[in-house]
Amino acid sequence: MNRSQTHRSRRRILKALHLLGLFLIMALICIPGLWIVLNSFRPTVEILAKPPVWTPTFTLEHYRAMFGGAGEGGVPVFHYFSNSLIVSVASTVIAIFIGMGGGYAFARYRFRFKNGYFVGLMLFRAVPGVALSLPLFIVFAQVGLIDTHIGLILVYVAMNVPFTIWLTDGFFRQIPKEFHEAAEIDGCTRWQAFWKVEFPVARSGVASAAIFAFLTSWNEFALASQLTRSVGSKTMPVGLLDFTAEFTINWGGMCALAVLMIIPALVLTFIVQKHLIAGLTFGGVKG
Amino acid sequence: MTEVTLNGVVKRYGKHEAVHGVDLKIHDGEFMVLVGPSGCGKSTTLRMIAGLEDISDGEISIGSRVVNDLPPRERNISMVFQNYALYPHMTVRENLGFTLRIAKQPEAEIETAVKKAAGILGLDELMERRPSELSGGERQRVAMGRAIVRRPDVFLFDEPLSNLDAKLRTQMRVEIKKLHQRVGNTIIYVTHDQVEAMTLADRIVLMRDGHIVQVGTPLELFNNPFNTFSATFIGSPPMNLIDGVVTDADTIVLRNSLTVPIPAAACGQVVSGQLVQFGFRADNLMPVGHAVEETGKLVDLELSVSLTEPLGTETLLFADFAGQEVQAKMLNPRPVKPGETIAFHLMLDKCHVFDAANGKALRD
Ligand SMILES: Nc1ncnc2c1ncn2[C@@H]1O[C@H](COP(=O)(O)OP(=O)(O)O)[C@@H](O)[C@H]1O
Ligand SMILES: [Mg+2]
Repeated sequence: MNRSQTHRSRRRILKALHLLGLFLIMALICIPGLWIVLNSFRPTVEILAKPPVWTPTFTLEHYRAMFGGAGEGGVPVFHYFSNSLIVSVASTVIAIFIGMGGGYAFARYRFRFKNGYFVGLMLFRAVPGVALSLPLFIVFAQVGLIDTHIGLILVYVAMNVPFTIWLTDGFFRQIPKEFHEAAEIDGCTRWQAFWKVEFPVARSGVASAAIFAFLTSWNEFALASQLTRSVGSKTMPVGLLDFTAEFTINWGGMCALAVLMIIPALVLTFIVQKHLIAGLTFGGVKG
Repeated sequence: MTEVTLNGVVKRYGKHEAVHGVDLKIHDGEFMVLVGPSGCGKSTTLRMIAGLEDISDGEISIGSRVVNDLPPRERNISMVFQNYALYPHMTVRENLGFTLRIAKQPEAEIETAVKKAAGILGLDELMERRPSELSGGERQRVAMGRAIVRRPDVFLFDEPLSNLDAKLRTQMRVEIKKLHQRVGNTIIYVTHDQVEAMTLADRIVLMRDGHIVQVGTPLELFNNPFNTFSATFIGSPPMNLIDGVVTDADTIVLRNSLTVPIPAAACGQVVSGQLVQFGFRADNLMPVGHAVEETGKLVDLELSVSLTEPLGTETLLFADFAGQEVQAKMLNPRPVKPGETIAFHLMLDKCHVFDAANGKALRD
């Protein structure tokens, strides 16, 4: 009796520690985001107040100003948003198609220097994007891609393809080759077998690869800040810079725009979260 | 008429040759089983027939067409895989109808065909389930249903029962045989299990290391093994093989101690002094009085029994044969004590003599 009681209380303590640990880690991850959301609704004086004001006042002034005219602290939110959307969606779609093709090839076919290519692709990921910004800038300036959607899309496709290849390669590797073989015997061409059987089975994996690609493009700042100039191509992260003047930073406005930036990412992740989880724990799919 | 013919078929993986020039003719409507130890090239051969592997050399025809360069979809075959390969994102109904839908058959026809196949295999209750919601045996049946719906010229099976437990395996074996009797198509069936091969096959192809060792009906392989490999692979328990030397006096001395006459069938094939392996099955070494009928010449032996395996209708005896363990069979079993010495009869006419140098059977 006694032994089982101590056993139980020990288990309860362990469980409490476990929850506490989880809470701390989640806090670490979530508090900056929360801070941004909260500050977007507080007057500027309160944001900067020292010591901090613990009872916040609610205001929509930053949002009003942001959507307002250029003279009153307004920024072209809709332009930035649509630029971000166009660039991210286009680069994601293209990267997924190229990356999926590559991942499939790595998973299914043997060819010379296969491992070399693969390592090369991964090494390419290791180069920090900023290091490429100057050469990119020069090349893009020569061919007239500075300050265009296409230029940015190209850059993001190049950034996302290696990662997409790596992810989809893993997913396709886990699909037994008998699926496409059975489909081919059932009358499919190789192409049909892929689209009718292997692609639907790997759908979750592709969806999670797409989310990663989309978020990378959506959040990218370093290269975008070099390669975009005007309202016609600046993306949301670059737009955040509009709130910094020479001597002041409009924290409230910046937070408001950041919130607008976070929302689509959150919504998207939420929509595909089922796929995301299924995709990341792919082992469970086995027929 | 759907014969399948293999002519000098070779498969190379890079430098490694996995199948060395296989010649085989499979008749229309025949149930042909490829059997052999794992890695002997059975699956590779089957997959070349299916078109899933390129043929490195030689020629394969199905019916009157050479299919070397045809993709799988144009060979009019069906295949059942060891892991079933049911499409996991489709229901059973969709799995069954998939091939007809790809062929753009009218929906009404697809439905009729699917219903018919489901009826044959008893799948009616499972039609709306996904493969992940089925048991192993049910998946197996769906895989067979999918194969039937296609109305192929030839069915190919690659170890379809290996993933099932022993009881279900026996049950499905019967279903496959019934299916064959019902549809009558040519079937090529791969297995490493000689019991499956014996029970299912019209003819067996025994393979080893990428070569065909022997082709024949189950009884031909059982009664007239081509070499020691056939003798030990086919039949359970495997044939007992004992080293011996041929003497001038038409006898064989086994393990330097026991002398037996040369079986009549081998007489003309051996020369004096030749090293041989003397083979006999457990069924042909029986305690005196336990054989159903004792035929031909009998050799009297006194052997000490070290172990027994009662199987119900018969008991397997492990006996000491001049220092080597051999297996014998006791019909009408009675309890036997370990170490007990029993009088046996060896049926000489059922014994085999193999050349010790190359393992080949010495037989007229
Ligand atoms: N894709 C492959 N690449 C290289 N060697 C292979 C490949 N597939 C099979 N082999 C080799 O071919 C031989 C025959 O294999 P397989 O036909 O699968 O044997 P089994 O009789 O067990 O079905 C084996 O030695 C195997 O290692
Ligand atoms: Mg095999």
